[in-house]
Parts: sequence; structure tokens; C-alpha cells
Amino acid sequence: MSPPVDIETEEQVRIRLIVNGRKVACDVAPRDTLVDCLRQQLELTGTHAGCEMGACGACLVQLDGAAVHGCLMFAVQADGARIDTIEGLSESGVIADLQAEFHRRNALQCGFCTPGMLITAHELLTHVARPSRETIRDALSGNFCRCTGYEAIVDAIAAVAAARAATASQGAEGSSP
Amino acid sequence: MKARAFSYFRAHTIGEALEAHAGAGDDVRFIAGGQSLVPALALRLQAPRILIDINHIAELRGITRDGEWLRIGALTRHCEMLTDPLIAEFAPLLRAAAPFVAHPAIRNRGTFGGSVALADPASEFPAMVLALDAEIEIAGASGRRRVKADDFFTDLFETAIAPGEILVAVHVPLFQAGQRIAFDELARRRGDYALVGCGLLATCQGDLIERIGISFFSVGDVPTRARHAETALTGNRIDAARIAAAQAALDADLAPADSDDVPAAMRLHLARVLLGRLLGRIGEAA
Ligand SMILES: Cc1cc2nc3c(=O)[nH]c(=O)nc-3n(C[C@H](O)[C@H](O)[C@H](O)COP(=O)(O)OP(=O)(O)OC[C@H]3O[C@@H](n4cnc5c(N)ncnc54)[C@H](O)[C@@H]3O)c2cc1C
Ligand code: FES
Ligand code: FES
Repeated sequence: MSPPVDIETEEQVRIRLIVNGRKVACDVAPRDTLVDCLRQQLELTGTHAGCEMGACGACLVQLDGAAVHGCLMFAVQADGARIDTIEGLSESGVIADLQAEFHRRNALQCGFCTPGMLITAHELLTHVARPSRETIRDALSGNFCRCTGYEAIVDAIAAVAAARAATASQGAEGSSP
Repeated sequence: MKARAFSYFRAHTIGEALEAHAGAGDDVRFIAGGQSLVPALALRLQAPRILIDINHIAELRGITRDGEWLRIGALTRHCEMLTDPLIAEFAPLLRAAAPFVAHPAIRNRGTFGGSVALADPASEFPAMVLALDAEIEIAGASGRRRVKADDFFTDLFETAIAPGEILVAVHVPLFQAGQRIAFDELARRRGDYALVGCGLLATCQGDLIERIGISFFSVGDVPTRARHAETALTGNRIDAARIAAAQAALDADLAPADSDDVPAAMRLHLARVLLGRLLGRIGEAA
């Protein structure tokens, strides 16, 4: 059998993505990971590369709305997908309360793990309105923090969950968090 | 570390993927969720020349009822195993195992079929497929076939899938009234691979066990059915004496190797403890 004609070469491949709501095109090598592409081509350096093996969670982004590791996916695989990074989530304001609470409770020191922590927290609170501390810890099991310790991070997420629930129950009269 | 350079091909049908593999020689890998493959490429444990992406093959998706079977498409993500109502109703043992598979973001991407195809002896799903007497549907150049789980896991990371073949779906017998399941694992930290794990499916008549499937993971080179323990339980009521007999029978079922941090005797001990707990749970449900 002859080799299929349309196997891409090892050379550069043109991919199109919607990153933080904007259409972009990049030229990547097949072996470039999504985190390589975001950081090096698109200069979105909020997504961090730590272990590059799926163990630390510093590289989390949202792919079509679900958190995935940017280091465990090749950029070519994301061709046609919607990617939201920590920059996009920050700009849109959807995690402003989480960011403020992390700051208030000293849930970060060097900040290296923080983007991944916030993406995990954001996804958890999207699916579970009032997670127990146990559930929060479980959700964070793939995110390593080397400085702060997890107590303050869990506190911050629990506090935001409580505040959002209080706001929601006040209905239309609820003030902003 | 970074993967060695490779070429990339996105397949849209099973036929296209099989053809691409056949035409490309030896040095080719399919990529599904990539949650095991990409780290292996980054560490250069593997360095294929070509990657064939199977994520866009519609036929590998979906969970459907098919007579007495539940068909679980290979591309079903681990997170769907947690949330799909058909899995919860008809394959509750897989639902019970799913929260123990890795971490949330890995579950968003990793696939059920990838886990079964990889056949990591420390993984939850391959062992549960074995406990359930499931059948694995495989597509190759010479057509389709269904392999019983018993004949599927052949050696360490080796399965009945030949190079170039694709795991299409796993077919699981529907969960029936009167059946009971239990699952648990002992790990150092949540989300880590287990020191020992076990799941079981028991078919009961009142409090009598008519049939039972018990599988262990992380106790050897392959997911392991505990046949002697099953025999000790079949036709009996679960009481302390029966549980002790089943635990003792594990000596004949499991032959864990010594590893750097866990002596074989300790793993066997943990397996007995775990089996005792699971049998206690289904005994209470009687
Ligand atoms: C930090 C971390 C922790 C983890 N913890 C766990 C855990 O606790 N338990 C656990 O079970 N797993 C764990 N995993 C592995 C993860 O669950 C993987 O998703 C899974 O084992 C492989 O599925 P995949 O779809 O990602 O396969 P891939 O990585 O894409 O592929 C794995 C192998 O299977 C082959 N393959 C994949 N799909 C098919 C198919 N349909 N037909 C033929 N061949 C195929 C590929 O060619 C490759 O050789 C962990 C991974 C990481 C990074
Ligand atoms: S860089 Fe991706 S998990 Fe560590
Ligand atoms: S704040 Fe430094 S790693 Fe978490």
C-alpha cells in the first residue's frame, strides 16, 4: 500500500485557533505542544510550563470549555478548537472574585502554580456550586504548589463558592461580590 | 524534554486510520487522549515517525445500548464515564472506578479506549473490564472481531490488539437487578496510581452469591482475575468465615513482585484487606 498522501511533513503546519475569543493562525511543528504554541507563538505567557508531563497542572487551559493540560496535547491537535487561557479568563472578569480571594488570603507566593489553580477552581465551581473542602482538595489533586501550601488555596475557593451562593440566593438584589 | 520530530495525520474514519497506519511502516502510533502517550514521547521512551490522530473519528464515539450489551465507544473520555447516565445505570462498576482515574483535567482528555488499549496493569479500567466479562471490539485490515476480556490482556502492556489495529469499542453486559458492585483502591495520595486496587461484580440470589467476578490491579504484569477467591465465594452466603476463605485464596491468585518501595508480601496483605472490605460492603447490602 502506498503511504497516504496527506500525512503532514515534519515541517511547519498552519493551524487556526480561537484563542480568548480571537481568531488566530500559527505555524507550528507537529511536536510543538499547545503550551509551546501559546507561550512562544502567541506570547500568552500566563500558561506556565512546569513538569511538561501532566503532573503539576501549571499548563492548564480550557479547550472547548474544558480544562486540559497544554503540555499533554500537540498544537496541531487543537487545530479548529477554541482555547481560553488565564489571560482570557482574567480579561473577561469571570474569575475576578477568585483572583481577589487568592490575593486576600495569600493563596499565592511566587504565582507559578496560580494560573493552573485558578483554571481548576473555575472549572470546579462551574460544575459544583458548593463543593466541600474534600471535593476542593480532590479537584486540586493534579495541581502542585511549591510555596504556599494548599490550606489558603482551599480556603479561597471555599470562600468564593460561599460568596457566589449567597449572591445567587439574593437573586436580582444581590450586590456584586 | 521535547518529543522527537514526527509527522502528523488526522484521520476521520476508521478505514482512513487503518490505511494510514498500513502505508506508513512500523514507526507509527495512534494518539487518542494522549495522556499516556504524550508524556512517553516527551521522555523519549517512544519516538514514532508518524502520529495518527484518531480523535476525529465519529464511529469511535458514543455510549449506546445494544440488546444485552452496553457499547462504550473507544473515544469516551474518562469524565464521561463519571457523568453518562447509561454508564451509571448499566455499568455502575465503571462509574465507581472513574473518580480514581487520574485528575480532573486528565479525565477531560484521556479516553476509556486508550486506557484499555494501553493495558497498564496499574490502571483501573482494564481490570474492571476483566471483572465484567466485557468484550473488546477491534478493527484491522482483515475486518472486525470481538475478543473476550479474558483473552485480551496477554502480557505487560500487551493485548490482543495487533500493531495497526484499532480498539473500536468495549461491550459490557448490562447490569442486572440482583447484581452488586464494589470498588476501592489503596493509594498514597488521591489521584496517584494505586498500591493495590480491586473491583467486583456479584450476581446474588437473596444473600447467596451465584456468580462473582473479582479483578485486581497493581498486583502484577496484567489486570488479574482472582479465580480462586471467586470459587471460594460462589454458591455461598457472605459471612466472616467465607470472607476469610476468599482472602486466603488470594495466595493462589496473586503473585505480586517486590518493587523498590513495596514488598510483595505487603501488597498481598493489602489485597486481602481490600477484598475483605469490599466483600463486607456487598454483604451489608444483602
Ligand atoms: C499525571 C497522570 C496521572 C494518571 N493517573 C492515572 C490513573 O490513576 N489511572 C489510570 O488508569 N490512568 C492514569 N493516567 C493515564 C490516563 O488515564 C490516560 O488517559 C490513559 O491511560 C490512556 O488513555 P489516552 O486516551 O490518553 O491514550 P493515549 O495516551 O492517546 O494512548 C495510549 C496508548 O494506547 C494506544 N491507543 C489509544 N487509543 C487506542 C485505540 N482506540 N485503539 C488502539 N490503540 C489505542 C495509543 O497508540 C498509545 O500507545 C494518568 C496520566 C497522567 C499524566
Ligand atoms: S507542565 Fe503540564 S502538567 Fe506540568
Ligand atoms: S505560589 Fe509558588 S508554586 Fe504555588
